[in-house]
Amino acid sequence: MGRVTPIASLGKNGLYDYVIQRISAVVIAAYFLYILFYLVGSDQITYADWTGLFGALWMKVFSSITLLMLLAHVWIGVWGVLTDYVTTRIMGPGANTVRLLLELAVFAVVLVVGVVGLAVFWSV
Amino acid sequence: MKISSVNGRPVNLDIKTIELPITAYASILHRVTGILLCASVLVLVWLLQKSLTSEADFLQVQQMLSSSFMKFLMFLILAPFIYHLVAGVRHLVMDVGIGESLEGGQLGAKIVFAASAVLILLTGVWLWGV
Repeated sequence: MGRVTPIASLGKNGLYDYVIQRISAVVIAAYFLYILFYLVGSDQITYADWTGLFGALWMKVFSSITLLMLLAHVWIGVWGVLTDYVTTRIMGPGANTVRLLLELAVFAVVLVVGVVGLAVFWSV
Repeated sequence: MKISSVNGRPVNLDIKTIELPITAYASILHRVTGILLCASVLVLVWLLQKSLTSEADFLQVQQMLSSSFMKFLMFLILAPFIYHLVAGVRHLVMDVGIGESLEGGQLGAKIVFAASAVLILLTGVWLWGV
């Protein structure tokens, strides 16, 4: 009773979600730490430095993979939070509709950010 | 407080009156920072897009980031990121079987709070150059 059917979970299965969440976390951490150390380690970054960094093929690949991992991570995380709190037990009979709408909104934003982000990475 | 119809014992589901353990605060903060970081992605993608558009836009982003408002905004992005990262590392450590006991969980939560506090402080020093 009250169990949420994982129809909208990314892996359709808790074990897949668990594994994807951890693999994506490690990739995101590696990417952000790389950028952070680059920023901390440079005195004055010029436009040439910046486009040199993001224009390299390996960086485009690294950025693209990280963004896709990040969006999967966001989806699994938000799904987990929504299915814990936006439930009929906590919010009453309208909760399933509200959760579905919130999931659709998050999905739309994730999709747009994904497409825009990839376009940005590959335009350098 | 209601009395349970099943076994006649009192039932308290009013979360405001329940004292949460430190591990619960660590977990809730992991979720709250995660939701905050979702919004941060939009800001960061926008800044990156602008900074890579042209040299003029790049210089404008540099100019913006030196303003106190943007420094504060960056702090509001980096502080939750650091906590979320450190709490995430704790999950990975627990996944390999370290700190899974009650005491281990409580100690882990304390370590996460302490380590992220230090790193957030360092971030502030980096941003404002004290």
